[in-house]
Amino acid sequence: MTALLFFYLAAVIVGASLLVVLLRNPIYSTISLLVMFAHVAGLYVLLNAEFIAAVQVVVYAGAILVLYLFVVMLLNVKREERFQRQVIPAVVVAVLLLSEVVLVLFGGRVGGGLAGGPGGGFTAERIQAEGSTAVIGQVLFSTYLYPFEIASLLLLVAMVGAIVLSKKV
Amino acid sequence: MVPLSYYVILSAIVFVIGLAGVLIRRNIVIILLSIELMLNAANINFVAFSHYAETIVGQVFVFFVMTVAAAEVTVGLAIVIALYRRRATLNVEELTLLKW
Repeated sequence: MTALLFFYLAAVIVGASLLVVLLRNPIYSTISLLVMFAHVAGLYVLLNAEFIAAVQVVVYAGAILVLYLFVVMLLNVKREERFQRQVIPAVVVAVLLLSEVVLVLFGGRVGGGLAGGPGGGFTAERIQAEGSTAVIGQVLFSTYLYPFEIASLLLLVAMVGAIVLSKKV
Repeated sequence: MVPLSYYVILSAIVFVIGLAGVLIRRNIVIILLSIELMLNAANINFVAFSHYAETIVGQVFVFFVMTVAAAEVTVGLAIVIALYRRRATLNVEELTLLKW
């Protein structure tokens, strides 16, 4: 059942990603990215990360994509020629990189290293018992408090930067 | 139970699609969308590894990646709007002001 669900989600994710790159109209590309984000959230649920799945839907699909749609519709881009002249080098690079990754994976290093000793202590049962949000919150606000503060500063800087950049001069 | 390598291969496929999108498209908005694809591929890896290694740190990192992605989108789209106001184009082949 889990495997079936995984293959459905994976197929839709790959198909929607291809559509993002291949479609001519930017609005359709953005909508298919929305489909892709929703299915990635499903993948997170499958991996026992409910909080991250919710954040994925709220932040990515809710905020970031709406921003993209606003800009695409605001600028009202006419249809244009899709690809630039780098198509052949890009395809070569992509195929080489993908085959390299797959080769390394089937060399059996990734799974083998982890099968020896998972041991963070956060098993799926423990996360389900304590609640995904509570567990992440405890780690985020104790061990990773300093990066959390830096992230809030980063968001402030991005907000000020966006206002300054898009102001009429 | 799906093996970990399936998740890693899926993430590699999505990353490569995003990379190809950055390389071949002309529209600057689509290039930003392809960068989002690559960030999501990294996030899939983080969550999958954190699940199989039975730790929570990967999910915390996904949180930070999302923050950085939001900041990147805000500034990137502001730059796109400022560029469109000046040059009335989104085609990266015509935006060669910084080319030496």
